Amino acid sequence: MRSRRTIAAVAGAAVVFAGLAATRLQPAAARSTAGTLTLVAYSTPREAYGKLIPAFQETKAGRGVGFDQSYGGSGEQARAVLEGLKADVVALSLEPDVTTLVKAKAVPAAWNRDKWHGMVTRSVVVLAVRKGNPKKIKDWGDLVKPGVQVVTPNPFTSGGARWNVMAAYGAQLRKGKTHAQAVAYLRTLFRHVVSLDTSARESLQTFMAGRGDVLLAYENEAIFARQKGQPLDFVIPKATIRIENPIAVTTRGKSKAAATAFLKFLRTPAGQRIFAQNGYRPVLRTALKGFSFPVRPQQFTIKYVGGWTKVEKRFFDPRKGIMVPIVAKR
Amino acid sequence: MTGRQKPAPNSGRGGRYVLRVAGLGYLALLLLAPLSLVFWRTFEHGLGPAWGAVSNPAARHAILITLVITAIAVPANTVFGVVCAIVVVRHRFRGKGIVNALVDLPLALSPVVVGLAFLLLYGQSGWFGSWLTEHGIQVVFALPGMVLVTIFVSLPFVVREVVPVLREIGTEQEQAASTLGASSWQTFRRITLPAIRWAVTYGVVLTTARALGEFGAVSVISGRIVGKTETMTLHVQERYQAFDYVGAYASAVVLALLALTTLVVLNVVRREEPRGDRAEPGHEAVR
Amino acid sequence: MVEAAAARPASPARPGAALAQGFVTAYLSVIVLLPLAAVVWRAGDGGRRRLWEAISNDQALAALKLTLAASVAVAVINAVMGTVIAWILVRDRFRGQSVVNAVIDLPFALPTVVAGLTLLALYGPNGPVGVNVAYTRTAILLALLFVTLPFVIRAVQPVLLELDREMEEAAASLGAGSLTILRRIVLPNLVPAILSGVALAFARAIGEFGAVVLISGNLPFRTEVASVYIFGRIESGDPQAAAAISTVLLAISLAVLFGIGGLRRWATRYERA
Repeated sequence: MRSRRTIAAVAGAAVVFAGLAATRLQPAAARSTAGTLTLVAYSTPREAYGKLIPAFQETKAGRGVGFDQSYGGSGEQARAVLEGLKADVVALSLEPDVTTLVKAKAVPAAWNRDKWHGMVTRSVVVLAVRKGNPKKIKDWGDLVKPGVQVVTPNPFTSGGARWNVMAAYGAQLRKGKTHAQAVAYLRTLFRHVVSLDTSARESLQTFMAGRGDVLLAYENEAIFARQKGQPLDFVIPKATIRIENPIAVTTRGKSKAAATAFLKFLRTPAGQRIFAQNGYRPVLRTALKGFSFPVRPQQFTIKYVGGWTKVEKRFFDPRKGIMVPIVAKR
Repeated sequence: MTGRQKPAPNSGRGGRYVLRVAGLGYLALLLLAPLSLVFWRTFEHGLGPAWGAVSNPAARHAILITLVITAIAVPANTVFGVVCAIVVVRHRFRGKGIVNALVDLPLALSPVVVGLAFLLLYGQSGWFGSWLTEHGIQVVFALPGMVLVTIFVSLPFVVREVVPVLREIGTEQEQAASTLGASSWQTFRRITLPAIRWAVTYGVVLTTARALGEFGAVSVISGRIVGKTETMTLHVQERYQAFDYVGAYASAVVLALLALTTLVVLNVVRREEPRGDRAEPGHEAVR
Repeated sequence: MVEAAAARPASPARPGAALAQGFVTAYLSVIVLLPLAAVVWRAGDGGRRRLWEAISNDQALAALKLTLAASVAVAVINAVMGTVIAWILVRDRFRGQSVVNAVIDLPFALPTVVAGLTLLALYGPNGPVGVNVAYTRTAILLALLFVTLPFVIRAVQPVLLELDREMEEAAASLGAGSLTILRRIVLPNLVPAILSGVALAFARAIGEFGAVVLISGNLPFRTEVASVYIFGRIESGDPQAAAAISTVLLAISLAVLFGIGGLRRWATRYERA
């Protein structure tokens, strides 16, 4: 009898304690005075925003603004917002993911009608290799040599993977190949793919865990891994795509003023420099000073391969896209 | 339960050793070696980094959220478990089979499916989505959704532990009490409850372990909002993916220690059990 | 006990009974029934053709096949090793036996993602013994064996304990060898318990997610199990396909549970006469 009462008492006390703790130990965000911003972002800029947010909070516009952050695969996050994930700011990997939100009226249609075209950072697709590049991988042609194993995320769940595919495709066009030949290259390339993770960050994991000889990745991911002491190097191929990452304020957010101020901060020299320190190429040219971000001779943008609207439909339509059979029949 | 018997006299010496080596070897390779390695890896750089990994704000919040969810789910399922067990064993009504099936269902369902189910109900495009949005209530990607899925996956344990005990002890004492004039509440409190207390405790321990360890369902429904909807299990995965292996292992160790505590309590309870061979997890599963 | 299970009918003079039944019904409906109905409904939402497409496409079928094959393999291994371990815990005596007995429940108490992590630490790329099974089917087997470890053991132990030794001793005195005794006296008595444990282990294995997702690489057609495929479909914005495969998984679990339950009842029919 006594032991039962003790157990009940302890359990009750634990519940009460947990409840009290929950109310007292609120994340700093909840105690903010100027509102709380929820940032929903793709997986890779977590560390960057970890530094950007405190920097913003030290500015006049950012004082007292609290932040909630969520990171995941770009497509996943977009869909989560559609399913009800509250967001004030969405920072995604590629424009089509924001377009889905625009179509659902979660983001205003005028989001990219500024001088940045809605972008906040840039990068390029690189070929990440083992330290010392033992297989001497220099360009796209090396990826389809016999015995070379490639790692890339799944283009149907990862924004990063779509950049990879378009980089590979566009590079072939740059070399003078026809559309059919470029698609044939993609087919061969995917036969060398040994791991298809759901997000860019996960495929980096897989590569670092020992799988594959080369990882198709964002440059900033490769830099991040190197900064964390991971044994990898990377090669920027002669022909590669310039990645542009969008950011937008949502329609349903409550603290629009703070959100807009945050976006403004991200494009100031101070903000852009923090991005550069974390491996991102700034959109603000002056912030490039002091950083080495080589631009290769045959670098191109998504416009070169037709723009995202066309590309999404042609390559990544979940039922009829060109990539559907290529991914499935590896 | 360490019910031991005299070793069978006719099992040859060799045979016995073979079995022992096979069994213990299997356990060592599958269970003990990996777990010891994680503990080792957590502390091989010293206590400092390990402590830092679990005392930073994100980890602290993850622990808190996990505890809060558990602190809601476990009492709810305990109350339900006891009431349901009584209803199933002592009452007569149609549809008992369905109740039994529904209670057992969480054991047969993949946690990802559980997350999907609640998403389909309470997500924006779900059955209740528009009603919830209109009233500004957030279920998915917030604490309520995570509590709901945790309740789902940890639902069966108290029921399944209490039912066989209730069946076994029979109604004689309860009937005696009621003929002596006790109200049903008094009978419950002074006869039934004490008789099932160890079964309830056992069930509570199992429920707690399950709630603490939930991963698949919360993966789907949490939104991974750092500091708000990231549980310890999600935190482990996140740290691993950020190459923070010490962080991942340290958080895993916290969870493992909680699991070990559960084990210890389980064993204490088992020893207090009046009967020697009571129902184990997995026993009497299929009816 | 002569007492039958349903002893006391709820009589109208006891409002508490109605309240209790109402509470149970409401709780179960809201927590279990409703969500499940949503899944099954969504699976069929969009017509029979879309449902068929969702189930019969190559990647889904590959995931289902792999899941079933792995779960059957795991069930078989558990049937054998689980019985062996139950045996040495009951019929043998060695130092540390009670610790081993306690540790059996660890996979049950340990979060699945931690299980995956621990296996990865030892048998993955940075493991100290140079064995690397990460991203292979072996990894899936390992992860599933880990999480299903307690089921058969805990089902067989109590039965083994209660087994009447007289029959075995009588057989021995009549000259039967230990293998014969095992085969004809002990094992038949254990089979219902083993089946129970196997059913639970199987149901658990086909739905396992956390332990597998870190260690298997989730390669479509190679190491992607059904639960990971479902997760992928949810994240790709195709909840209908996710619901369709979920319904298939659910049907398989239920079929196995009921099937083995029936088998058990048949095997123990004489005990209940």
